[in-house]
Amino acid sequence: MSMRDPILAVFLALASTPALAAPEGPRLGQALEPAAISALDITVFPDGTGLPPGQGTAVEGKAVYDARCAACHGPDGSGGSAEELAGGRNPLTSAEPDKTIGTYWPYASTVFDFIRRSMPLDAPRSLGNDEVYAVTAYLLHANGIIGERDRLDATTLPKIRMPNAAGFVWAYPERQSP
Amino acid sequence: MQNSSESEDPKSESGRRKFLKTGLALTGTALTGSVRAAAPPWMTRPGAPLSNYGQPSPHERAVIRWVAANADAPGNGISWTPLERLEGIVTPSGLHFERHHNGVPQIDPAVHRLAVHGLVGQASSFGIDDLLRYPMTSRLCFIECGGNSNAGWHREPIQAPAGNIHGLASCSEWTGVPLATVLEECGVQPNAKWLIAEGADAAAMNVSIPLDKALDDALLALYQNGERLRPENGYPLRLVLPGWEGVTNVKWLHRLQLADQPAMARNETAKYTELLPSGQARQFSFVMEAKSVITHPFAGQTLPGPGLHQISGLAWSGRGTIRRVEVSTDGGQTWRDATLDSPILPKCFTRFRLPWRWDGSPAVLKSRATDETGYVQPERQTLIAERGRHGYFHYNAIVSSAVAADGSVSHVYA
Repeated sequence: MSMRDPILAVFLALASTPALAAPEGPRLGQALEPAAISALDITVFPDGTGLPPGQGTAVEGKAVYDARCAACHGPDGSGGSAEELAGGRNPLTSAEPDKTIGTYWPYASTVFDFIRRSMPLDAPRSLGNDEVYAVTAYLLHANGIIGERDRLDATTLPKIRMPNAAGFVWAYPERQSP
Repeated sequence: MQNSSESEDPKSESGRRKFLKTGLALTGTALTGSVRAAAPPWMTRPGAPLSNYGQPSPHERAVIRWVAANADAPGNGISWTPLERLEGIVTPSGLHFERHHNGVPQIDPAVHRLAVHGLVGQASSFGIDDLLRYPMTSRLCFIECGGNSNAGWHREPIQAPAGNIHGLASCSEWTGVPLATVLEECGVQPNAKWLIAEGADAAAMNVSIPLDKALDDALLALYQNGERLRPENGYPLRLVLPGWEGVTNVKWLHRLQLADQPAMARNETAKYTELLPSGQARQFSFVMEAKSVITHPFAGQTLPGPGLHQISGLAWSGRGTIRRVEVSTDGGQTWRDATLDSPILPKCFTRFRLPWRWDGSPAVLKSRATDETGYVQPERQTLIAERGRHGYFHYNAIVSSAVAADGSVSHVYA
């Protein structure tokens, strides 16, 4: 995904001649070094690009969940003041569909990414990568997707097939999802 | 800079009153007579001194955003623009709707930077002072939250003023640097197809945007309605994507990552997707389709009596210019073309008006917008037949309000 080879990157930039109808700018951008980029870049893609080192299991994640998440999301991912994460029973075609991680979220990478960037609400970015892997594992286990001792890391997480992975149709551009 | 207005200084105010009383006593005998007695108080004494930043009249203090948030997470909520209290097409910056996912950050523009990286020739970083030197452009356009009007999916109509249902839409003049200028400087690689935009708020809000939109009319907005952005609208830098769902207009923008695939972030998968009756969900439903809403008269209001009234409201389309707005006063049996106020701009609020002589009998008012692509705003039953009831986002059906014989106006499904 990201361009690790600076020589190739420059070649591609020269090779492409974008026909942009954009006004000329004063070219005040400062070059960003790889270290500065990796300090900023927290995006995790479905194919696993962007996942950091670290690991965790649902067993380890339960302690983190109980301490940092349960107050808002309920004891097992539902029943709290914040949104329902697990325990969905009604299918998406029913009169009262449950849109939990297990019933609705198409990618496991999204769970990791969102927890790492935004949670917990009162202290975002306060969980270490091992804790994020562990809580992600706990929530996937609570949704019946992985076992409680299955180890999540940068290799295993992107291999998880979510139950609703095929549940989306792209409205833009006007074509179907892959 | 001076301090705030002297008129708010009680010492100054009491001092002025004392002066006026003294003056009145000295000249009292000369000021008797009908002219003096008929004059309102604001014509018989000097007004307030100049102020550094104007505020609305205290008599307009009811014209406010309505706020809704979970008490446990007050920064994760919304506030609505009071559409029925405003006129024209520009929303005052202080009344622009808000949707925050974890509060409004107070950002120092001296340290805030925009990073552009990923599939670019040269990853780069720009300070706000740098961006202020770039060529800018201005455009008037609306921003509408994908969840606007979603009370319309309910089985029973809720009784609330237009703004409290449809006011997650606002319109401003946005000024800033075309995103294409900055992307061209960084050099877009041929395999780049998506742009991941991220905010510097406590939610680090992120969305994926197709590159063609980014290169088309996306703006790195620094100004709103002539002044720098308000903090709640993204100060010091926000992405503006004319006509596209509010969530994609990322506030407090600090990072743009070019990629060959979307990030599939929480707010483009778990949220801001529309579940259809089939069990499938629409994703990347960026464009806000044509829509209109009557803001005068509005639900909760009581017309003072039969006679001539003006029906007025707002129409907009994310696909371009509003071509026509029709108004019905008989529940959709007959329609008349409303007048469209100038300017009529693409992806912008358009004000429509129609004089209406109310005869005092019950009436049902509707408005129906058509945009330049020929798309016609759907009736509610049509939208629900197509989308079901659990789409939550992108509700753009025709709105109906009933005027009763006593002049009271209520929201109805008709």
